[in-house]
Amino acid sequence: MKNRDGNRIVLAILIVVFAIYNSIIYTKNTSASSAPLLSKKGIEGEKIWQKNNCTACHQFYGLGGYLGPDLTNLISNPIKGEEYAKAIFNSGIKSMPKFNFTTQEKNNLISFLKEVDRTGFYPNKNVKFKSNGWVSIKYK
Amino acid sequence: MEANKRFSILFITLGIMALATTVLIGVLASFVYLYPDFLKDYIPFNRLRPLHTTSAISWIILTAIGGIYYYIHSLENTYISFPKLEKAHFFIFLITGISIYFSLFFGKMGGREYLEYYPLLTIPILIGWIFFGINYFTTMLINVKKWPVYFWMWGTGILFMIYHLSEAHFWLFSSIRNDFIKDISIQWKSYGSFVGSWNLLVYGTAIYLMAKIKKDDSIGRGKEYFFFYFLGLTNLMFGWAHHTYIIPTQPWIRYVAYVVSMTEWIIFIHIVYNWKKSLKKDKMIINQMAYKFLIASDFWVFFNLMLALLMSIPSLNYFMHGTHITVAHSMGTTIGINTSILLASVSFVVSDLLKNNKLNHNKILRIGYYAFNTSLFLFLTVLIESGIFKARWILNNPNSNFGIYQEDSSFIYIFFVIAGIVLFISLITVIIPILKHLLKSLFSR
Repeated sequence: MKNRDGNRIVLAILIVVFAIYNSIIYTKNTSASSAPLLSKKGIEGEKIWQKNNCTACHQFYGLGGYLGPDLTNLISNPIKGEEYAKAIFNSGIKSMPKFNFTTQEKNNLISFLKEVDRTGFYPNKNVKFKSNGWVSIKYK
Repeated sequence: MEANKRFSILFITLGIMALATTVLIGVLASFVYLYPDFLKDYIPFNRLRPLHTTSAISWIILTAIGGIYYYIHSLENTYISFPKLEKAHFFIFLITGISIYFSLFFGKMGGREYLEYYPLLTIPILIGWIFFGINYFTTMLINVKKWPVYFWMWGTGILFMIYHLSEAHFWLFSSIRNDFIKDISIQWKSYGSFVGSWNLLVYGTAIYLMAKIKKDDSIGRGKEYFFFYFLGLTNLMFGWAHHTYIIPTQPWIRYVAYVVSMTEWIIFIHIVYNWKKSLKKDKMIINQMAYKFLIASDFWVFFNLMLALLMSIPSLNYFMHGTHITVAHSMGTTIGINTSILLASVSFVVSDLLKNNKLNHNKILRIGYYAFNTSLFLFLTVLIESGIFKARWILNNPNSNFGIYQEDSSFIYIFFVIAGIVLFISLITVIIPILKHLLKSLFSR
């Protein structure tokens, strides 16, 4: 009987802490980046990204499929950038499907990629490794 | 077969079919790494991959649910509260599952990794889970006093599954969607906890099976089991951010995850180890396929413990993140641990249903069992090697073209495809005799 009550108390405590923790994650600023919120055009670009399931092959911050490159900093990459991205979209290169994006859709996708690019670095080359296993990352 | 168990067997049969689909599509998708144009005009990779991952998730969830229904029906003097709700649950999942395959096949995407199907289809899935929850809690609270840990695990697994599946769709709210970092953080928070929720169902099943195989009712009732359960729950709630160390979130979120993650897995190993140590080497037990699969899951827990602990250390995660090492970890967990436990569960159910030992003495299944574990080990080794190669390549070629990386790693992809084919054949060898027995029991009176 004692044990059962103890289990219920532990579960109740965990759920209360979880509820507080979640409310902070959902409502407070959890980002360490100074990038602004996505614009209307950026959201439209994200919708195209999702509609075509680009995440099956590409990643942001290393999260996504690994068949294609990570696109977090595609736009600020001095070798690639906006024009390179636009040229690739409808190219159907290698395993990439041959999309038929309109100019408007391409511009929206570019806005989305630009705004993602402003949120941070990946791979993050300016990191500091600490003896306790921690890594401090550089923010934008 | 007893009529009340029919739908639990239907859930399991669907689950087994989803496993066969998973490995088949997985092999097809792996060919794209070697031949980029493979199937591109018919079903490109952005549709192929979600078909593979959705099938894998379906296998785990359907088989875990089917097992739990079966075990509830097997309890003495216990009748499920709402049999019609169980039927409705099955048909909702069946129809929604078919709709999801159509949605993915024809490219009607929600486009969120692992939940790529059209988002509205989540509503019937949630309804199915709510039906399951109503049936589970009304049946168990009324009929069973002093719950062992596995009943707690199944109950909380159902509740958290409902919560985190909903949480995975918070991106539909503009306040979340407009903030890219918050959005991607909540997305991975929900995924980490979603996997934690199904782990509660699957690990609960493992402990239940231990108790039944050993015929020892004290298993799952000690303080140690509850300590492990609460630790797992803590990880489910707060450990998710080890997936997102590299995302620019507030450092405190990552600190919490780092501390919590370090505690993960250890207790489970401890419990399995203690159980195995105390298990009498009774020939009847050793010969059971359910026992063999549980022992295999024991090995895969050790394997994944190593990877999980290494990946949860931020300074190592920095190199492993974004490479196939993370795939090795997720496949080691889903195919190694979850699949082994669920195959143990299915073997146990089939032997119990047929009231004979035919499955335990099936030679093809025994060959498949050894082939499956060996080929999975090979497959995961190739994935880890591929991850190490990518991490080194990125460090040495920071501004190089991705196409060059793909060409440089083509030799690894050859091994990746070969290992995938061998894994496919070995799993099919396991699936066929089990499916044959399942169908036999389904059509027997």
